Amino acid sequence: MTCPEALRTQAYFDAELDALAAAEIERHLESCVDCRALLQDLQRTRIAIRRDFAEAAVPPSLTARIARSLEREPGAGSRPRRRPQESLWRLRSFWTGTFLGGAGALTAAAALALLFWMPLRHNSLLDSLVTEHVDSLLPGHLIGVESTDRHTVKPWFAGHADISPLVEDFSAQGFVLVGGRADYLANQRTAVIVYQHGRHIINVFGWKSDLRFAPRDATRNGYHLAFWTVGDLQYCAVSDASWDDLHRLERLFRDLGAREANPTH
Amino acid sequence: MPEADPGAIAFIPSIYCRASDGTYGINRVLLRSDIQMNGNRVRFEALVLPHLDAAYRFAIGLSRSRADAEDLVQDAILRAYRSIETLRAADAKAWLLTIVRNCFLTACARDKKRATVPLPDQGDSETADALIEPSPGPENASMQQARQEAVGRSMSKLSMEHRQVLILREIEEMSYSEIASVIQLPIGTVMSRLARARTAFREQWLTDHGEPST
Repeated sequence: MTCPEALRTQAYFDAELDALAAAEIERHLESCVDCRALLQDLQRTRIAIRRDFAEAAVPPSLTARIARSLEREPGAGSRPRRRPQESLWRLRSFWTGTFLGGAGALTAAAALALLFWMPLRHNSLLDSLVTEHVDSLLPGHLIGVESTDRHTVKPWFAGHADISPLVEDFSAQGFVLVGGRADYLANQRTAVIVYQHGRHIINVFGWKSDLRFAPRDATRNGYHLAFWTVGDLQYCAVSDASWDDLHRLERLFRDLGAREANPTH
Repeated sequence: MPEADPGAIAFIPSIYCRASDGTYGINRVLLRSDIQMNGNRVRFEALVLPHLDAAYRFAIGLSRSRADAEDLVQDAILRAYRSIETLRAADAKAWLLTIVRNCFLTACARDKKRATVPLPDQGDSETADALIEPSPGPENASMQQARQEAVGRSMSKLSMEHRQVLILREIEEMSYSEIASVIQLPIGTVMSRLARARTAFREQWLTDHGEPST
């Protein structure tokens, strides 16, 4: 790699160059054998690294450990950090352990009790949806993948959400597809399809529906939440747009779902 | 029964339940009302936890051991949780991986001290990482085997500074500027180190496999 452009060729390979510099390197590649060879080596190396590196996901035992250790934390960032680091993991006393174990059992019991308290569950779901919607309106939070093309947005969810939702640009009907996002909600990575309707943002959340639990349309903090299911997916549109608008969007989704289920019609 | 889907365990632990396979899970729907009392928890859950797998992969890449990586990630997640207020939403992944790396370096320095090996003099930052890494003492076959299984045969033999840039670039697909913020070096250094790391890997791979990959 004696060519002075080797580093820029690498940057080209890594998609780090702007259009102008990329064009320069492409011209350079036409004449430089070394850099053409380098480019090929980089590609082979990338494949080899990905093949060599053992794919690893966090084991459940670790998530449980993390969950337990976070449980011991009071509000994040709300207290001074001075604390011997090891004490948390290694020097925890027997009595602390016993106490925490008891507390864990109590919360588990509370969980059981709450599960059968559907209205509360419904409320907390509504709260979560509104929170996510409001959070999404903060600058920089709205979009994970920005595109008006369903063929870009839909595949993006494959790597980011637990489900593959219906996605379509309904610009002709006044609902412009802005992009997609993934939010943690309802125990899973939900897919959020973002539409703009006039001056309103509409977040359409999609997740695996729970047959025992069908949420109903509701209004929270001035935001409307319209729920519907298509197939085994639960959708919820959250917005400050009018009920009429949300129900029109719901119909568009239902029709789209019917079309995708029966492509011949 | 409490519904803990073992495939999708939640991490904000206020309400636990034990799933049928014996692991702990948390009912997220139930949790939301608790979480809302604390905006930081919401932020942590939404911004940081999606990168847990990346943190784990990076930790394996650094430590070359799954067991060490687990300790490292747990340590890092806790630190992240305590300093969530310093996080800007846009760069959560780089932010978390930086913490993982700092935890690794801290742990290495601690191990060094315990082993009463004097710390190296303040060198330039380019070589500091390599110096901090535990010295490759006599390594038995099973230890080598475990490292190969954890990070991959060729990767396990590279230096720490090479492993980290390769994982950040090729596995996590981070940009140069993100890598620069994780390993706290200028972008120019990232580029040259990446080039050297790729060459080192290519040579190691050829040694291990005897033929170029296609």
